[in-house]
Amino acid sequence: MTLPSSPHGHRGLSVSQVMRLVLLALVPGATALIHFFGWGVLLNLVWLSALAVGFEALVLRKRKLPVAFHLRDCSALLTGILLALALPPTAPWWLGLCGIFFAIVVAKHCYGGLGHNPFNPAMVGYAVLLVAFPLEMTRWSLPLGAVPALPTFWDSLATFFGGEPFFGIDTYTGATLLDSFRQREGAQLVSEFRAASPLSGNFAALGWEWVNLGFLMGGAWLLYKRVIGWHIPAAFLGALALCSAFGWDGGSSSSLGSPLMHLFSGATMLGAFFIATDPVTASTTPRGRLIYGALIGTLVFVLRSFSDYPDGLAFAVLLGNLAVPLIDRYTVPRTFGHSK
Amino acid sequence: MNAKSKTWPLPNAIHPPAHKAQSLREAIRTLPLPERLIIPLTQPGHHDAKLCVQVGDEVLKGQLLARGTVQPESLCHASSSGTVVDIAWLPVPNASGLPELCAVLETDGRDEWHRLPSLDPSTVDAATLLERIAEAGIGGLGGAGYPTAAKLSALREPHTLIINACECEPFITADEALLRERADEVVAGIGVLLRMTEPTRCLIGIEEGKPQALSALRTAVDACNDSRIEIVVVPACYPSGGERQLIYQLTGIEIAAGRYPVEQGILCQNVGTCHAIARAVLHGEALVSRIVTVTGAALQKPGNFEVLIGTPLASLLDVCELDGAKLSRLIQGGPLMGVQLPHADLPVRKTSNCFIATTEGELPTPPPARECIRCGMCSAACPAFLLPQQLYAYARVRDLEQTERHNLWDCIECGACAYVCPSHIPLVQYFRAAKGELSDFHAKQAMAAHSRVRFEFHQARKLEEREQEEQRRRERAALLKQKQDAAAAAGPSAQDAVAAALARVQAKKAAQQQESAAPQPTPQEVIQAALARVNAKKAARKAAERAAQQGEASKPDADDDKS
Repeated sequence: MTLPSSPHGHRGLSVSQVMRLVLLALVPGATALIHFFGWGVLLNLVWLSALAVGFEALVLRKRKLPVAFHLRDCSALLTGILLALALPPTAPWWLGLCGIFFAIVVAKHCYGGLGHNPFNPAMVGYAVLLVAFPLEMTRWSLPLGAVPALPTFWDSLATFFGGEPFFGIDTYTGATLLDSFRQREGAQLVSEFRAASPLSGNFAALGWEWVNLGFLMGGAWLLYKRVIGWHIPAAFLGALALCSAFGWDGGSSSSLGSPLMHLFSGATMLGAFFIATDPVTASTTPRGRLIYGALIGTLVFVLRSFSDYPDGLAFAVLLGNLAVPLIDRYTVPRTFGHSK
Repeated sequence: MNAKSKTWPLPNAIHPPAHKAQSLREAIRTLPLPERLIIPLTQPGHHDAKLCVQVGDEVLKGQLLARGTVQPESLCHASSSGTVVDIAWLPVPNASGLPELCAVLETDGRDEWHRLPSLDPSTVDAATLLERIAEAGIGGLGGAGYPTAAKLSALREPHTLIINACECEPFITADEALLRERADEVVAGIGVLLRMTEPTRCLIGIEEGKPQALSALRTAVDACNDSRIEIVVVPACYPSGGERQLIYQLTGIEIAAGRYPVEQGILCQNVGTCHAIARAVLHGEALVSRIVTVTGAALQKPGNFEVLIGTPLASLLDVCELDGAKLSRLIQGGPLMGVQLPHADLPVRKTSNCFIATTEGELPTPPPARECIRCGMCSAACPAFLLPQQLYAYARVRDLEQTERHNLWDCIECGACAYVCPSHIPLVQYFRAAKGELSDFHAKQAMAAHSRVRFEFHQARKLEEREQEEQRRRERAALLKQKQDAAAAAGPSAQDAVAAALARVQAKKAAQQQESAAPQPTPQEVIQAALARVNAKKAARKAAERAAQQGEASKPDADDDKS
């Protein structure tokens, strides 16, 4: 006869619920993204979710694990959604397939599945795509406002299946604000650049500022619900703001981007609240999480400012993942009744 | 006394639903005297007792039944008058599920007391009071049951007396009910402890949200008029009633790991224990009953009971109108640290503060565990500031060294980590198992170290013996040489002639011995030698014959002779 050990009660919050809350918190940001970039985003979301769940089920089956039980944790779905949100809206179908394969099969299950993967699966998928298919990965469509109208559903579907829309894809795609800002080659004052660039929004990049606000809102809700801790987002955003403040000289021609631009452009908020906070691959101690978040924030700034990539979130997160075992080892908190 | 005093809130705690109202609807009840009482004779964690009665003995309520065999000694008394009909190993509520030594008492219905003389704490000295507490068999009634007298004797330079009225586990209301109805006796017990230890202050820690108990306690404390006593209300959270946690909340002192509060001048006692002390000192009553909360959604009439130690749990559940169909689990203690019981045929023991007859809806069976996602909710809940997620990872791969480095021994098994774990991992179970393995490992290491010491000692002893022998040999040789030198110095003499003669005789003897010492031939060799000799003789004879024939052949007539 076996009798369960204490405790005999539970708070009630389960892994599946945590994942579902995170998915729910993505809604405002994702809505803004769809609003500014159109059908392509939605196609990515649907396609990658289906792929992620499909690959997860397949691998679970091959690993002889209970498929339904593990699918219910929703972690694969979340990986798919996160990668979909990071892909450009013009991504063809095989790009997502390739990314999800690396995310779910290689980065997640080859390392032992949920809880055992050292690297953030969605970011592994993204990094592989960025290295292997730089053209497709940097071909972001222009946000609503920079173009008079977004591609129609059928245009997006045609792009998705790899066909060039007859009026030419260049009508709709171009560099992002982060990209063009980095490439302005010091010729202009920041204010001139902003005035000249059709990609400038109210305070950061056009469209992106709303997307980032959406993700910030979702993230704040997760903090309020205590699903994620404050350490990683705070350290991430703090470090990014601090670094960009050092690089910001008020707007001369050699100035790097302003803190506001860095905080509300690109994948900043998605990264701070939804990607860097992936508990499996993040540091697990409170002080460690501060270090981990600050490390990623700093790396994002460095990669954005000095690398050849317009946004460096994926590499920053993966480098942060690498440092986690070391961070965890040296940030064990003081135990009650022990001197430090 | 009423002033808001400073508290140090616990940085990490959980807030499980209280479930306390259901058992507080009625006053403390008593049961009709059971026909049989099964009284556990051993203290928790020990497995033997010195019996003071035999089967067939008539005993009175409060009469000594058995003493513990190990220090600190605990005493067990008869909880009612009657006949000891059996002394046997019987199942009792415990975590191991192993039977313990119990006395089965058939009650005679008179419930006749054998009381000790009552003492006046203001006139008798501390030693007498300590002896009385030991005699009355009082153990900590909050949970662990550690003998109170032993705890008091271990107290060094007392400065703070802390009274635990927190009762932070959900469901349990025994202390609250006690305070509501018998706060004066609790405070009388506190008075005894104050008299014994003479601390500079006495802090009574009570969780907020117990207004009736608090006001009863206030009235009683005001009445006793001791300025050292102070009631401190602490926030309702779990585990605010853990000894170290309560001390921290009330004083800001963190008891060092591996040390006890009594070593640092702090004595912490539960209100139930204070009540028992008052009964023992003022009324001469041994600890034969306690307040037990019987609660849970499977009971129609939950409540608090003053129960004789040894009362069958089944009869308690009957009185509370157990709905057997709804019952999913039976738990002794609270839902966070309690022990699930296999059935109700078990007696109430001194440490039984609560029984929960729960339903699936109230405390659902946990779903199967998932993998740890390192979310860290456990470490945010851990009152010992441990990293349960890391401890679990190391415990799972049996990395004992790392579990120890992450201070596994500071885990108080409060269950807060598993309570919040979104993966439903039974963390406490892993930690208990790892602690067991770690103790085992250390025991083996200690044994190996002991063996090594013994071996090394043995080696050293042998070496020493050899050296001593060598020394003796050298001394003998030196002595002999000294003698010879002395003799040589004396010059040749008759002695030399004798010695020369002796030497000659010895040489002769040696020669003889060498001869006789020549290897003795084995019987086979003897036989072979004999055969060889016979063959040699034959051959010699044949050779002689052939020589003769040849001689005769030269003479022709010799042939005929031969034929």
